[in-house]
Amino acid sequence: MKKAEEIFQLLKDNFPASNLELKTDQPTEAIIIASPLEIDKICFFLHDAPELLFDDLMNLSGVDEPKAGLLAVYYHLGSTKIKHKITLKVSTDRNKPEVSTLTEVWKSADWHEREAYDLLGIIFLNHPDLRRILMPYDWDAGYPLRKDYENPEFYQGMKVPY
Amino acid sequence: MMYDFLVDLFGNSTLADIIAGTIQSILPLFVFILPFALFAVYLERKVSAHMQDRLGPMRTGWHGWKQTIADIIKLIQKEDIIATDNDKLLFNLAPIVVFVGSYAAFAAIPFSSYFIGTELDLGIFYIVAVTGLVVAGILMAGWASNNKYSLLGSMRSVAQIISYEIPTILVMLSLVMISGTMSLHTLSEQQTGYAWNWYIFGGPGMTLSKFLLIPSMFIGFLIIYISTLAEVNRTPFDIPEAESELVSGYHTEYSGMKFAMFFLAEYANMFAVSAIVVALFLGGYQSPIGYFGDLIGASWMIPIEQFTWFTIKGLFFVFVQMWLRWTLPRLRVDQLMTTSWKYLIPIAFVNLIIIGLITLL
Amino acid sequence: MAIKTEEMVLNMGPQHPSTHGVLRLELALEGEIITNVIPHIGYLHRCFEKHCEAMTYPQIVPYTDRMDYLAPMGNEFGYAIAMEKLLGIQVPERVEYIRVIMAELQRISSHLVALGTYGADIGAFTPFLYCFIDREKVLNLFEITCGARLLYNYIWIGGLSHDLHPDFVRKTREFIKEFRPNLKEINDLLSHNRIFIDRTANVGILPIDTAINYGVSGPNLRGSGYKWDIRKDDPYSIYHKFDYDIPVGEGKYGTVGDSWDRYYVRVLEMEESCRIIEQALDQLPEGDVQSAIPKRIKPVVGNVYARVENPRGDLGYFIMSDGSTSPYRVKVRAPSFVTMQVLNELCKGYMVADVVTILGSIDIVLGEIDR
Repeated sequence: MKKAEEIFQLLKDNFPASNLELKTDQPTEAIIIASPLEIDKICFFLHDAPELLFDDLMNLSGVDEPKAGLLAVYYHLGSTKIKHKITLKVSTDRNKPEVSTLTEVWKSADWHEREAYDLLGIIFLNHPDLRRILMPYDWDAGYPLRKDYENPEFYQGMKVPY
Repeated sequence: MMYDFLVDLFGNSTLADIIAGTIQSILPLFVFILPFALFAVYLERKVSAHMQDRLGPMRTGWHGWKQTIADIIKLIQKEDIIATDNDKLLFNLAPIVVFVGSYAAFAAIPFSSYFIGTELDLGIFYIVAVTGLVVAGILMAGWASNNKYSLLGSMRSVAQIISYEIPTILVMLSLVMISGTMSLHTLSEQQTGYAWNWYIFGGPGMTLSKFLLIPSMFIGFLIIYISTLAEVNRTPFDIPEAESELVSGYHTEYSGMKFAMFFLAEYANMFAVSAIVVALFLGGYQSPIGYFGDLIGASWMIPIEQFTWFTIKGLFFVFVQMWLRWTLPRLRVDQLMTTSWKYLIPIAFVNLIIIGLITLL
Repeated sequence: MAIKTEEMVLNMGPQHPSTHGVLRLELALEGEIITNVIPHIGYLHRCFEKHCEAMTYPQIVPYTDRMDYLAPMGNEFGYAIAMEKLLGIQVPERVEYIRVIMAELQRISSHLVALGTYGADIGAFTPFLYCFIDREKVLNLFEITCGARLLYNYIWIGGLSHDLHPDFVRKTREFIKEFRPNLKEINDLLSHNRIFIDRTANVGILPIDTAINYGVSGPNLRGSGYKWDIRKDDPYSIYHKFDYDIPVGEGKYGTVGDSWDRYYVRVLEMEESCRIIEQALDQLPEGDVQSAIPKRIKPVVGNVYARVENPRGDLGYFIMSDGSTSPYRVKVRAPSFVTMQVLNELCKGYMVADVVTILGSIDIVLGEIDR
């Protein structure tokens, strides 16, 4: 069992060049903020390091933050062997939302990332199969979970607002 | 036989001729197969319901007895849907072929000593041959439907029926070896008297070979019953119409009366195979306890009694089929083939040889 | 000369008897052997997460019911725990006990559906109805508690909508007494049936490593022989007060992690749920079930992630608050959604009939996958 501070220190030691930050002002768990294009390397480390063994990607949620002009992804990691948990967050530019994929680390990231792409339009680089998942494949009216999303008037000739 | 009985009854050969001809061709359909199918559907629903702590149909008539009649009226009125890409000729022909295959088998089944459609010397051979038509019909239906589920279902069905015909025929062959006849009527006549003369108990007579035969006959009976279950696509061998995988197999695309034809053929087949098993092993139409007609000297009662006995025996096996269906899960297609080719056929062969040796004694 | 063969693509669903809802599977077949399975989901997408952003926190509770419609109590429980964690509410002990009783009753009813429909998938229809008779009794218990039979809106943030009915304790004890012999009957009829074993044992084997990497959880993970249960390993509510076991797959009739193991873990879990309910009924304290319900829910800015052991696996809620009365973002980690991804891995090399077996054994609910 490791606390967030210890995990943060371990990450700091192993990724000296990275831009890491620990946010402890949360009402619940602390959050480690990482850079979107390095998240795969960090997660590989978290997954493989014998003292961490984060083998379970509990959750992956995309969040739209239009005020800051950002799209964020929250990663909730857990370990079924050591039973500790950690939350990671990456933020990316709203106009060019690119995050490295985690499908290489956890297979379960596949659909979570597709969902984040589908609903928020976050592009996961090198994802093997980045298609829409919950919305129709030919939905071209944008990404519904973005705060500035508006329903289209028509979809395939059918009226959308009823 | 029928003719003789009518001549006895009326004392007038012309009248008997006409009546016998009409009865022989139409009677089985309208007097037996249709009411039987209606009754069997009703029975199936009631049997399944009571096995599952339900009541089944209760609203139409006393305990819902009119339900299947209402259903058949509904089926007649249904629109006959033919998809654009179906092969029209084969699609329309298939239910007829399937129904003819199972209906024609009834011609050689002895319902009683006076009521046989036609008394063929090669009765067993005829039934095996004519039920082969069903295979063609099913394949036609699957192919003509232009539906992948139908095609898979029909291919499975054909593979299954052909595989399971082999153990069936092997067991029939062993019976032919003992009895020396291929006529179902003669076979039934041989098993007259009481229950211990039935072939499942080694056949008539009180010889040593009779007692040696008993174990082999029980094995043969089990094999033929299992194989006939597979031939009529009943659980645990209802793979061709496995509703959880293939929706409903080769009759997915059929509606209305064409669907009803398949349905009718299925239930007719259920009785046909039960009847064959009964005729071969369980004394056919013979009573296990002697005839009431004999007792009071009214010989005209005997055929009626025989018919009753035959129907009871046949229906019992139909009931067992239903019982199995609502108890057992379904096998997978490769396991089904394994059962036939690795177990039933070798056992049937060994059984055949043993019976042959015993018969030689 | 080689025979020209062609891969056949079979479209299974969205309307199909055994896809457990509106799921579409694109099967690539070679003869009857599966070479690839592509699931297409989203037919039941009801925009739960978008809806939540327009609702106040208590209004979301009925919406959570509609995700995993076979285990609404579990969904509400998870949401309530997440919100209480965010708000820092300590709920009265009686509430905790009632919640555990409800969640475990729900587990029984949900597993009964899983068992019954699994039997029906394999072709045994009768156990399906036997299971539904018992499920009906559980639903009756829920009905006397909160008036609803399927979607309860019972577990609120900080409390419960109603206290228990005076007859509830007696009726629940009666149910458990009746249920145990019925469970044995289902075992005799289905679990240890030779044909059923032939169909399910050694089919769809899921090794532990693959399972964890794919995020498979709940009975499916335990079926692979891995002892992992949120109730024990990341305890919430008052589960630490009860004595119960975590059944795992042992490969009794085949390899560890096959479909039969996944199925049987569910059977064993129902017995453990009965044990928890009995203990909870014995210890049930008195109290007011609504005393801790906050009048106005307006959490501080921040986010929370909480998870519970639902009948289908780890159900997680990620709730983000911006300090207003509605959440800024709600994301649900639906166990079936995550488990569904492993289907392709499981099905490859098996036959069409086995797809049904495997799909039934991972026990998915489409309402939860599509949300």
